[in-house]
Amino acid sequence: MSRVPLERKVLSENEHIAAGLRERFARHGVLCLNFISAPGAGKTALLERTLEGFPAGRRVAVLAGDIQTDNDARRLARFGFPARQITTAGACHLDARMIERALEGWDLEALDLLFIENVGNLVCPSSYDLGEAAKIVLLSVAEGEDKPLKYPSIFFKSELLIVNKIDLLPYVPFDLARARENALRVQPALEILEVSCTTGQGLDAWQRWLDRRQARAAALGIPLPL
Amino acid sequence: MHELGIANSVLEAVRAEARLHPGARFTKVGVRVGELSGVEPDSLSFCFEALVAGSDLAPLELAIERCPRRHRCPACDVSFVVVDYELACPQCGKAQTDCIGGEELELSFLEVEQP
Repeated sequence: MSRVPLERKVLSENEHIAAGLRERFARHGVLCLNFISAPGAGKTALLERTLEGFPAGRRVAVLAGDIQTDNDARRLARFGFPARQITTAGACHLDARMIERALEGWDLEALDLLFIENVGNLVCPSSYDLGEAAKIVLLSVAEGEDKPLKYPSIFFKSELLIVNKIDLLPYVPFDLARARENALRVQPALEILEVSCTTGQGLDAWQRWLDRRQARAAALGIPLPL
Repeated sequence: MHELGIANSVLEAVRAEARLHPGARFTKVGVRVGELSGVEPDSLSFCFEALVAGSDLAPLELAIERCPRRHRCPACDVSFVVVDYELACPQCGKAQTDCIGGEELELSFLEVEQP
């Protein structure tokens, strides 16, 4: 009996494809953001409000992942920017190969910004690098403020937390200060924004965050994720 | 429940290794799973056993090494296991410390019975 060392990532194939995507995004100057949350936290709503606020010439495209239906891509295509659905047929997350396939035929040179809406799930998407510059995690106030502690992986790996549905705060027991505290315990470098996609509150700050992030990416080249 | 896909990736890696060692029988594969990896070790074991049973690799065993979150203090260079999200340095109390472990999702070894 002998023991052979085997130093390799389990998901080395996914990481290889993701590295290729990251290199392509950098070469074409595309800032790619991967949106992750539990189902119903408002990923599609946030992207709708974001696209709605963009001028017609904004060089943005969206990939929307779901297990079934192209409902989200149809919702997002209404704003006149390219939008494609990725249906995973059962898989609980997007992987880098799905992104590679979905980008076929798109000219990355025509884009500055690519939004990827992951499958609604706080666990599985955190394991799969999609070549993004940053992960953005959403949490709605209809959920528990202890979610960052229960699902640390995604909060640890994200650059920005968007707390959504803050218009509901008067009606739910959600403790916003505690939620922030919990998220920062998991990832002290996490940036946090509070928004309501229903009333529009906080969306100007989100828009400024996005502009700043794009400017930083353009100045530095697209940085690798943390 | 992405552990089934992760388990399958482990088996694919073992098969790739098997091609390099013709005739060898693999008895155990070691995997390091960090607490920040997003992978649940028990679920991974369950999926692994389900996939191995009756396959070309049976009876291959999975040995999971659970890796806690580890931080290092940039001021006094002490490294420590993070318990209950306490990230401050236990030695000097510095609040900002650097994560150096806990994201692992790595193959570590294969046990081989030579022919």
